[in-house]
Amino acid sequence: MNFRSKPLLAALLLAAASATHAQALRVGLAEDPDVLDPTLARTFVGRIVFAALCDKLLEIDEKLAIQPQLATSWEWSADNKALTMKLRPGVTFHDGEKLDAAAVKFNLERHKTMAGSNRRGELAPLASVDVVDPMTVKLNLSAPFSPLLAALADRAGMMVSPKAAQAAGANFGAKPVCSGPFKFVERVAQDRIVFERYDGYWNKANIHFDKITYTPIVDATVRLANLKSGQFDFIERVASSDIEKLQADKRFKIARITEIGYQGITVNIGKSEQAQKNPLGRDPRVREALELAIDRQGLAQVVMDNEATVGNQWVAPSNAFYAKNMPIPKRDIAKAKALLKEAGVPNPSFTLMTPTTSDAQRIALVVQAMTREAGFDVKIQATEFATSLNLADKGEFDAYVLAWSGRADPDGNAFSFHGCKQPLNYAGYCSTETDALLNESRTLRDVAERRKVYEQIAARVLKERPVIYLYHRNWLWAYNAKLSGVSNVPDGLLRVTGLKMQ
Amino acid sequence: MTEYLLKRLAQIVPTLVFVSMLIFGLQQLLPGDPAKILAGEEQDPTVIAHLREKLHLDEPLPLRYAYWVGGVLRGDLGESVRTQQPVLELVVQKLPVTIQLALMAFAIALAIGIPAGIVSAVGRGTWWDSLANGFALWGISTPNFWLGILMILLFSVQLGWLPASGYVSPFEDLRANLSAMIMPAFVLGNAIAAVLMRHMRSAMLQVLSSDYVRTARAKGLRERVVVLKHALRNALTPVITLGALELGTLLSGAVLTEQVFTIPGFGKLIVDSVFNRDYAVVQGVVLVTATAYIVLNLLADLAYFAANPRLR
Repeated sequence: MNFRSKPLLAALLLAAASATHAQALRVGLAEDPDVLDPTLARTFVGRIVFAALCDKLLEIDEKLAIQPQLATSWEWSADNKALTMKLRPGVTFHDGEKLDAAAVKFNLERHKTMAGSNRRGELAPLASVDVVDPMTVKLNLSAPFSPLLAALADRAGMMVSPKAAQAAGANFGAKPVCSGPFKFVERVAQDRIVFERYDGYWNKANIHFDKITYTPIVDATVRLANLKSGQFDFIERVASSDIEKLQADKRFKIARITEIGYQGITVNIGKSEQAQKNPLGRDPRVREALELAIDRQGLAQVVMDNEATVGNQWVAPSNAFYAKNMPIPKRDIAKAKALLKEAGVPNPSFTLMTPTTSDAQRIALVVQAMTREAGFDVKIQATEFATSLNLADKGEFDAYVLAWSGRADPDGNAFSFHGCKQPLNYAGYCSTETDALLNESRTLRDVAERRKVYEQIAARVLKERPVIYLYHRNWLWAYNAKLSGVSNVPDGLLRVTGLKMQ
Repeated sequence: MTEYLLKRLAQIVPTLVFVSMLIFGLQQLLPGDPAKILAGEEQDPTVIAHLREKLHLDEPLPLRYAYWVGGVLRGDLGESVRTQQPVLELVVQKLPVTIQLALMAFAIALAIGIPAGIVSAVGRGTWWDSLANGFALWGISTPNFWLGILMILLFSVQLGWLPASGYVSPFEDLRANLSAMIMPAFVLGNAIAAVLMRHMRSAMLQVLSSDYVRTARAKGLRERVVVLKHALRNALTPVITLGALELGTLLSGAVLTEQVFTIPGFGKLIVDSVFNRDYAVVQGVVLVTATAYIVLNLLADLAYFAANPRLR
């Protein structure tokens, strides 16, 4: 090598080094995802990873409106029982296979029939799929089902390569092949999930990273320390107590997005005989008194450092389907005491079961303190999550602090919780009228009409209080201030399209 | 010696059978339905039913044990229901990490604990002794996760000398590997060093007051020879036993330290698997660590022979 070329080489090396650095995105997750097969996947955190790996037929935007992704347009039939979708031309899977109508049919049928599929419920009314032409599919439903679009904007709409899926069988999740902006490279359980850019991606002009690494770190303090020391570019679920300090630090930016889920207290009102043994489960007036004894804003302040929006329904007050006829009740100790007196139990006692997460335990403590003023005697029972889930399902509880990560369509936050004998109905609430209304809401596509039905549902459910809704947490993200293009979608999933390191 | 070794090796088999039954049985006592927790958020009844069938949850316990042991004997530890990865692959991924962390921590513990114990015994009552005792008290009473977080804040966030996380295989990049492992190894080693120091000190004090040491001194041997050659060998026996147990514990994974430093070892794997009721993973990992524990105890017994010629 001659002497003069050395500075040039050095410059090239430097450029290459800084380029590789800028093109890798390192994300810190709060948990380790489960299996990476959209049909079998069951966790919230898994959906964060899927957002870079598997494109969906549809997408939701920051205002929860449905947007095109793999389907460019869609149309309902007059009777709302068929959905015809036009597919995006020129889309390929990571193994080079074409995404066409036959592939969509294969995927939807896989969701419906695969053993252990977690998508069956979301696609329950889907009766059959027709290939109209290579770029058009028709989804035939047994009954109108408006939550379908939101489901197709989530895991039920994720498309995997039919060839790879057939070859891998039940083990597809070990090496998933989708059509998203990034393709799977490797996974070391509890250490890292690595993806690299897919060069054949249909929207690759908007993908500015070559590689993404997801690392699960359960402890929020440690996750943040890793962001601060430069190990990560982006972390999800920052502890609300760390936000104030972080805001003062110019090296980082914060995103705060009201979640589509909620935090609440589920009350056993009919799940088992235990409901009748306790004044709280037996008498709606006692539940009303409990709600009136809680100061939601104070609770959000103490537990979440105000990083939450108070609410009293399964959707946040800003949501299009929030029932305005049922506003958030103000704290009223006098009225709570009067109700308890009327019910003949001035000092009701019950056990509040809570998972062992610090948020849930703090809620229990604050609720205990607040409701004591009205005469309640709350005993707290902190229980490991798997055990608490089992006790809840068997009805061996009085009240249970439980959160829900939320779905884009209100149906996903209401149906399974308030429908008779539905899997997430731990309260044991059951009313044929409410069931009829919940089913009716599924048939309506017009927002105003559907909201009217939800107003009726809210009026019925909130009077019985199977769940006392408390607040909607903020998704708190922190990231390198040089990172731009972060879109604040309320589902709490990081979108990689448009993300760029300056 | 050979006879002794063979006898000990033969004892391993029934011990492992017993351990495997214990692991399997105890796990069944965990409250909560594994199918439910594995079914995730939606709690779809068809998914729960599918998982119950896949995990043989509706079959009698002895039959389920037979399925598992049958697989183990064929070298199949099953697969993680949560991630679909084979348990053997998980163990192979994590074992080298855990071994490296354990050995590094143990080396640090020995390098600090043994000399500190000797110094404090020999200089009993001096300020060396107080210093060593103070260190031991600090080491035993400092929680690992707290020390770990403080070290991250100092060396990673403030000074930027060491990475806060990010395990790299030593075969890929030894420097990066060591810089990621040194803090967790120190945190773990520090606590064990304190325990070793206390034991070393008391064993040494006992030996130093014995007749043969007085004789050795009376012969006019140098203090250095008396302590290191005559006294230390005898004093080491209880420390070796303890050391082997501590090393065994290290090999079963250091849960909190691994969590804090994001070291992908056994500790994190087993805790997450217990919380997720991922039985196959728990069973596989516990079986491997139990085997390691038994083998280490055997090695410790052999080490007595090396340290103490009278036992030969």
